[in-house]
Amino acid sequence: MRKFENQVQLIKYEILKEVSRFTYEGKLNQMVNEIPYIVDPGPEPRYRCCLYHERAITADRVKMAMGGDKNNPNIIEVLDTACDQCPVNRYVITETCRGCLAHRCESACPVNAITITDHRAVIDYSKCIECGRCKNACPYNAIADVMRPCRRACPTGAIEINDNKKAVINNDKCIQCGACVYQCPFGAIQDKSQIVEVINLLKEAEKSNEIHPYAIIAPAFASQFEYANLGQIIRGIKLLGFKDVIEVALGADMISEHETLELVEHLKDHSFMTSSCCPAFVKYIENEYPEVTENISNSVSPMIATSKLIKSIDDKAVVVFIGPCVAKKAEKDLPKLSGITDYVLTFEELVAMIDSRGIKLETLEEASLNNASYFGRMFASTGGLSKSITEVVKKKKLDIDVVPVICDGIKECDKALKIAKMDRLKGNFIEGMACVGGCIKGPVTMHHGTKDVKKLENYCSSTIEKDSKESLRIFDVTNIDLNKK
Amino acid sequence: MVVQVCIGSACHLKGSYVVIQKLKSLIEEHNLGDFVELKSSFCLGECANGVSVKIDSQKVKTVLPKDVEKFFETEILGGLER
Repeated sequence: MRKFENQVQLIKYEILKEVSRFTYEGKLNQMVNEIPYIVDPGPEPRYRCCLYHERAITADRVKMAMGGDKNNPNIIEVLDTACDQCPVNRYVITETCRGCLAHRCESACPVNAITITDHRAVIDYSKCIECGRCKNACPYNAIADVMRPCRRACPTGAIEINDNKKAVINNDKCIQCGACVYQCPFGAIQDKSQIVEVINLLKEAEKSNEIHPYAIIAPAFASQFEYANLGQIIRGIKLLGFKDVIEVALGADMISEHETLELVEHLKDHSFMTSSCCPAFVKYIENEYPEVTENISNSVSPMIATSKLIKSIDDKAVVVFIGPCVAKKAEKDLPKLSGITDYVLTFEELVAMIDSRGIKLETLEEASLNNASYFGRMFASTGGLSKSITEVVKKKKLDIDVVPVICDGIKECDKALKIAKMDRLKGNFIEGMACVGGCIKGPVTMHHGTKDVKKLENYCSSTIEKDSKESLRIFDVTNIDLNKK
Repeated sequence: MVVQVCIGSACHLKGSYVVIQKLKSLIEEHNLGDFVELKSSFCLGECANGVSVKIDSQKVKTVLPKDVEKFFETEILGGLER
């Protein structure tokens, strides 16, 4: 049986499943207002103060499942009803304060924001600069850092707080990494879904031979399902109505060679190049280090490459990417890329669709999935891309010494970019992954476990193709343009 | 004549690559490049009976690597004569 990591994931799943079920039944429009009563039947509330509040939140989540606010270009939104107005002030004096004599907190504060009143420390928030020195100074651990989890999670400071103490996303700063979506303990920040559009597409395709829906599945899926094996998952996706299921790792194989050759060229007149497969990392550079953008690889991502490959073979193809990533939802609509990958779903959404059809993955006969190489599949884990590039250099005997700087998570990316900007980088290729651990630890994965890497490695080692040259030999990739611009 | 060979996972495992290569060289050998278009395709819906090969809009046939020559003679050459 499936386990949910937490209640937030469970609730999101319940709602996606109902929306999915009614879409399949063709009854969504008439049932949409009933979903809150189905998900929160009462009479007692499950999590919140009252049943009416819960139902209001559910109604908002239903809206997100149906695509969210069309006027907001960001694919991530704060659900106003669900945001619990966590404390705005970062440091608070707790009950543990003993009113000691030393007052280390008071002397540690650089702006004299702490006074002792009635034998207890008190913070004057009009003065506090949130430096945290008082917290470190207190011998009783009596000062707590209660920074909002969304703000703590956000690597770019894109989350602001409005007059009603609700979180608000500054779209200019947001890179769609999805960290807040995963970290908000109230599930108040969510990604917009295309689940309704995809189900309607599959229903259309059933009736018409002119539409061929393809599911392309990110290699991170290897660590997602505890209760079914990979072959059963592929079978399950096909049963949803997809004509075929293709590994995005195959697109990664295409990119490995293309990006390596690009690197050779790029280094002739630049000191370094950065990867381009993680859309949140690319957007981070564009926002925070505009002077470095000319060093971003011009290669498209494996998602785009795989979509192009399929469309070069089947001109009736409609491509649906399924992955662990929120940023991919934004990537597919980027001006230069729009229309190549048609829809993006997450693993969470996939599971809701499968369950809404009553498909029991664990009982299915296995289908196969075996086109890509070990290296293409390893893209899902931090370091995989660099490994792949090093391999291409070796195999092709290229005259270049690739020294990768592997950045695991946005913090490390930021450090490397800062150094690169000053021309002090100890390397010539920055592999940037916004999520710590890589795609297998993406924000909308079903599973963030300790065995994920092992599971990915098993999937990688089960390939029959040794490298990208072998996995691609069957395809005619010579006419596929893998450049972004 | 359009000949589609499935390169989906199940057929791939059973030897699509070899089938394509053999057909390619047979077509060249017989100078049929102008008459036969060899294409790859994703799933043709017959995963249990791979390698799936489809000529024009005919029914999907099974062609294992060892049967390529026979298939070429009866179905491709034969088909062109018909």
